[in-house]
Amino acid sequence: MSTLIAHSSILIIAVTLATAFLTPLVGIASKRARNTLIVLALAFVAFLVVALARDVMLNQIHVYTLGAAAPDLTIPGGAIVPVRIILEVDGLSAFMGIVIAIVSLVAVIYSMSALKTETGQNGFYTLLLLMAAGMFGMVFTGDLFNLFVFLEITSISGAALIAFRTKFADSQEGGFKYIVVSAVASLMILFAIGLLYSQYNLLNIGALAATMEYTMLDRIALVILMSAFVMKLGGVPLHMWLSDTYSVAPASIPALLIVASQASLYALLRTSFTLYGVTLDQSVAGWIIIIVGLLSMFVGVTMAIRQTDITRLIAYNCVCESGFMLVGLGVGLAVLADPGALDAFGTMAMNGAVFHMINHALFEGLLFLVAGAIFYRIGTRDLNQMCGLGHTMKLTSVLFLLGALASAGIPPFNGFASKILIYESVYQFNPILTIIGILVSILTLAVFMKVFFSAFTGASLPRYRDVREVPRPMVAAMIVLAAGIIFFGLFPGLVLDWIVQPATDALVNQGVYIDAIMGAVP
Amino acid sequence: MIHSLPGNFPFVAAVVLLGIGLYILIFRRNLIKIVMGIAILGSSINLFLITLGYRIDGDAPIYTEVPSELMVLPVVQALTLTNIVIGVATSALILSLVIRIYRHTGTLDSVKSRRMKG
Repeated sequence: MSTLIAHSSILIIAVTLATAFLTPLVGIASKRARNTLIVLALAFVAFLVVALARDVMLNQIHVYTLGAAAPDLTIPGGAIVPVRIILEVDGLSAFMGIVIAIVSLVAVIYSMSALKTETGQNGFYTLLLLMAAGMFGMVFTGDLFNLFVFLEITSISGAALIAFRTKFADSQEGGFKYIVVSAVASLMILFAIGLLYSQYNLLNIGALAATMEYTMLDRIALVILMSAFVMKLGGVPLHMWLSDTYSVAPASIPALLIVASQASLYALLRTSFTLYGVTLDQSVAGWIIIIVGLLSMFVGVTMAIRQTDITRLIAYNCVCESGFMLVGLGVGLAVLADPGALDAFGTMAMNGAVFHMINHALFEGLLFLVAGAIFYRIGTRDLNQMCGLGHTMKLTSVLFLLGALASAGIPPFNGFASKILIYESVYQFNPILTIIGILVSILTLAVFMKVFFSAFTGASLPRYRDVREVPRPMVAAMIVLAAGIIFFGLFPGLVLDWIVQPATDALVNQGVYIDAIMGAVP
Repeated sequence: MIHSLPGNFPFVAAVVLLGIGLYILIFRRNLIKIVMGIAILGSSINLFLITLGYRIDGDAPIYTEVPSELMVLPVVQALTLTNIVIGVATSALILSLVIRIYRHTGTLDSVKSRRMKG
C-alpha cells in the first residue's frame, strides 16, 4: 500500500492516459467491455486520488521525481538544482485531484446513455480520458513547462470534445473559439516561461520560487501568466468565448470544461501564491484579482438574465460564480503579508473560495447535466420552446431546483456554506464587496427562477406529452452530484477540516512547497 | 547573455513576429488567416526560445566527456521541439474545424459564419 501511494501521483496520470489509448482498441471488440474498462479505470484512479489526498493531508507534501533512483530524490548528487521533471502534490493539488476525479467519473457515467445513439463513441471516450489526464497533470506537476504541455493536452482534447457533434454548425464554431483562445493563452504562457528561464535557468516552480528576485522581466512574466490564466478560466473581460463553447458541447462536457477552467484557476493561484509569493506586491495583485472577480460576478449575472438558451444562461452563471472564487482568493492574496489580518479574515476568505471551487463544480455540473437531459428528450435548448416539462420529468425538475438553489446560495445547500464564508470574511476587508456579492446572489436566484418557471411549470403541451424521464445512468450521474450538494451543505465543517483547510494552508505556506524540492537547508 | 549579436536582433525579430501574430488574430476576419496568425505566434515563441539558448560559436551539447568549450543550451531546444509538435496538432485540429464550419455555413468570413451572439 505504501509503495502504491509513493507512486500514486504518476500512476493517476499514467492509468488515465493508458486507458485513453486502450479505449478504441477494446471498443472495436465490444462496447460493453469498453464501458466497463473506462468506469473501472476511473474508479481505480479515484481511489488512488483519495488515498494520495489522505496521505498528503495527514503526513506531508508528496514529491515524485520522474526517472530518479528514489521518488523523493529531487536533486541528484552533484547538482545544486533539480534537473528532472518533478510531480509535486500538496493540499491544493490533492483537492483539485478530488474534484477532477469526481466530475470525470460522473461525466463518463452520464455519457454512456446520453451518447448511446451517436457515432464515434470510441473517439469520444478517448478524448474525455485524455482531457482528464491533462487536468490531473496540470494540478499535480511541479514544473512550469510540464504545466504548459498538460494545459495544451487539456485544451486540444477539450476543443475536439466541444466540436464532437459535427452535425451542428454552432458546435463547430464553439470548438474553433475554444482552441483559438486556448492556443493563444498557452503560447503566451510559454513566452512567460521563456522569460523566467532566461534569467534563472530553471523550470521547476519550487526552485524558481526560491531564487525569485522580482526583476522587471519577472513582473512582465507575471502579467502575461496572470492574464493568460484569467483568459483560460473565463474571467471578465476575457470571458467572451466561455458562453459560446459551454453552450454547444455535448451534455456531459461542460461539467468537465468547468473543471478545466478551475485547473487554470489553480495555475493562477500557483503562480501568484507559490511562484511569486512573498516577493509579489500583494495588495496590488490582490486588488487586481478582486476587480476581475467583481466584474465577472456582475457581468456574468446580468448577461445570464437576458439569455433564452438554457445552457448559455448556465454558462454565464459560471462566469458569475468564478467571480466569487476570485474575490475570496484576491482578498486572501491582498492580506497575505499581514499576519493579523490573515488570521482574522484572510484564511477564512480563502477557505470560502477554495470550498466554493468544489461546490461550483458540483452544482454547475448538475445544472449542465439537467440541461443536457432536457435537450436529450426534447431536442431544443430554447427556453421559449419549453413548457410544463415538470409534469413528466419530475425527478429532473427537482434536481434542477436543487442545483439552482445551491448556486444562488440558499441554505441548506453547499453554495450557501461557501458563500457565507466569503461574505463574512470579505466584509471585514471591505463591506462593499459583500454587498455586491449578496446582490449578485439574489440576481442569480432570479435567473434560475425564470428558467424553472418557463421550463418546468405551466400547462403540459401536447407535443411534450410523451416526454419521459431520462435513462437510468443519466439519472444516477445527476443524483451523485445532487447527493454531493446536500452532503456538503449539511456537513460543511467536515469538508472544511478534511480537504479545504489543507488546500488553504498549502497556498499560504510558500516555504513548505519550496522546501519539498530544495531540501530544508537554511 | 548574447554578447555579439548586433542589437539583439533575433529578440527584436521574435517580438515583431509576436506583434504580427496578435494583429492578425485581432483584426483579420478570415478563419484561415486566424490559423496562420496562431502559427506565426507559435513561430515567434519558438524563435525567442531558440535565441535564449544560442551562444555564438557554441557546440551542440552531445558529448559524454565534456570539452571546455562553449555550448548552446539544450533545454530550450527541447522546449521548442515540444512546442513545434503541439503547434502541428493545434493547427491540424483548427483547420479541420474550419473545414467543418465552411461546409455548414459556406463562408470563411468570421462575421458571416457566426451563429452565436450575445
